[in-house]
Amino acid sequence: MSDYLEKLDHHTDAADPTYGDTEIQNYTINFGPQHPAAHGVLRLVMELEGEIVERCDPHVGLLHRGTEKLIEYKTYLQALPYFDRLDYCSPLGMEHSYVLAIEKLLNLEVPLRAQYLRVFFAELTRICNHMLNLGSHVMDVGAMTPNLWLFEIREDCLNFFERASGARMHSAYFRPGGVHQDVPLKLLTDIADWLDGRLPRLFEDAISLVADNRIFKQRNVDIAIVSKEDALKWGFSGPMLRGSGIAWDIRKAQPYDVYDRVDFDVPVGTQYDCYDRFMVRVEEVRQSVRIMKQCLNDMPEGAIASFDRKVSPPKRGEMKRSMEALIHHFKLYTEGFHVPAGEVYVATESPKGEFGVYLVADGSNKPYRCKIRPTAFSHLQAMDFMMKGHMLADVTAVLGSMDIVFGECDR
Amino acid sequence: MGHSAPKIATIEGITQEIEAILGSMLVETVDHADELSFTVLRDALPQAMTLLRDRAQYQQLMEIAGVDYPDRPERFEVAYHLLSVTRNHRIRVKVSTDEDLPVPTVTHIWPVAGWLEREVFDMYGVVFEGNTDLRRILTDYGFKGHPQRKDFPLTGYVELRYSEEDKRVVYEPVKLAQDFRSFDFMSPWEGAEYILPGDEKAKGEAPGAPTPSAPAASTPKTTEKKADTGAGEAANKASQVKSADAPAKPASATDEGKGAAKPEDKA
Repeated sequence: MSDYLEKLDHHTDAADPTYGDTEIQNYTINFGPQHPAAHGVLRLVMELEGEIVERCDPHVGLLHRGTEKLIEYKTYLQALPYFDRLDYCSPLGMEHSYVLAIEKLLNLEVPLRAQYLRVFFAELTRICNHMLNLGSHVMDVGAMTPNLWLFEIREDCLNFFERASGARMHSAYFRPGGVHQDVPLKLLTDIADWLDGRLPRLFEDAISLVADNRIFKQRNVDIAIVSKEDALKWGFSGPMLRGSGIAWDIRKAQPYDVYDRVDFDVPVGTQYDCYDRFMVRVEEVRQSVRIMKQCLNDMPEGAIASFDRKVSPPKRGEMKRSMEALIHHFKLYTEGFHVPAGEVYVATESPKGEFGVYLVADGSNKPYRCKIRPTAFSHLQAMDFMMKGHMLADVTAVLGSMDIVFGECDR
Repeated sequence: MGHSAPKIATIEGITQEIEAILGSMLVETVDHADELSFTVLRDALPQAMTLLRDRAQYQQLMEIAGVDYPDRPERFEVAYHLLSVTRNHRIRVKVSTDEDLPVPTVTHIWPVAGWLEREVFDMYGVVFEGNTDLRRILTDYGFKGHPQRKDFPLTGYVELRYSEEDKRVVYEPVKLAQDFRSFDFMSPWEGAEYILPGDEKAKGEAPGAPTPSAPAASTPKTTEKKADTGAGEAANKASQVKSADAPAKPASATDEGKGAAKPEDKA
């Protein structure tokens, strides 16, 4: 012991680690690929100094299924269900971009009722998606109860999707030229009742538990502040961009379907942190309710799909009587329709941000190339600079505020 | 009324403005379906992008998409989709390249390009010069090949399974339980060529592989005696009659599995 103490005597400078100190090295830890707060299969390789994140390298692609490649081997209609399976939390938002891209190439007019139905269900999708995201965000930072209440609402949404399309999640409801089938009146009145009663009651209750909650604010306020310039540079879109104070909403700026006929507000953040992004989504839910009510008011009666028989199939009843309808049906479900050569990039405001489809057609019945622009890709890439200097525990808050789903990120 | 896709107001004179900004870097302008595409020289890409961001206010790079056109001399096209949130407008900037020629990176202009370029590299093998982190992104660790190329088969080359012996996931050449089915629904009067199974034999021989013609017989073959026919003595007639009623011989083992797995020439 005496020689050890003697050695210590000679080293007193703090800049020079003494014999007794241990040199601390940076930790490298793996977050995921299987982690309940990773929202799917995300692997984050993080370099920590103590509890501070120095570097964060997200590894994605663990759910890569080659959707874009598969689409090149399918007809336009056969490729549609793949879009449900991208962002499986907001399936109709994905379909919306794809059908609009096809319609733009075909320059196909869609009946007004179909446009209203699409907007109506796209907004229901937004509510459905935000329920999952807001719920899992609050659960990631420690609150349990709101998530259970929000899942109640999500369950209602899925039931409505089932009643409209027959499928709870993978609806394949939007079709080139309109929607698959008309909705019964009872469904619309039920949704109207739900929008007036059950949804606001459950939602406001759940949000009131966290919005002013001290613990929730401690976990989110001033976490991962993204300036306007950074948000633009990193290709942010949707609630992430609005959370950084940029009032940009594709529904307002470049309206599609009937978004130019409905009235709604675009919430923006003021502090650009995780809390703002959370509250932007909360307000978007209220705005979605507003849009859906206007759709219910203004929705006209009429056709729900284009009458262009070279694109949208005839009704079953018509097929029983008309030979031509039968031929059209047969041709549409075997060969499919041909899309004139050209290329379009159509982006819509999906619940998570700008979801784009870059469709290159060569005049045949299959897409030559269908590039999907996922929202999560650019958001997740910003993880590194957003996490720098934050604590390890903030990772879940930042991930929650990004709203990432890997079906879409990895395609 | 037309389609109901996102309505983007056309800005008066935007084409001329961008053409003036790009100047000699511009190769081609395409205005199709209300969307503007500008093909620029590959080497001038960073300069063109900087000018578009700073002078034409295209602040956001939303997407980089690769497209493969195997027939072109420079087979790959890389399309950059730009968005201006102040002018509410979108344009597309394209460059073309091939397997070897590198495309200059734009990561110093938009950091978001990092992953987008990695994806194009992963899917097409386009090399981005100056991207310091050009790793694969979507495919598996240690994946070989570039799956979005048109000459990459849909089924891929390898499949993986959990091996009970090795206690880990192992890679194997892909085995297809049935042939890959590719339906061609093009109408015959629109130029599709149908070749039904067996029809290919009706065509003339493929060049380089002529069928050897049979040598001409010197003497015509005749069968006058019973021995010439090569047939033996008649078998017992009674047993022949009986065997006609007997159950058919089971299919030989070699017939089994016909039309089933055909694993070869895929790997």
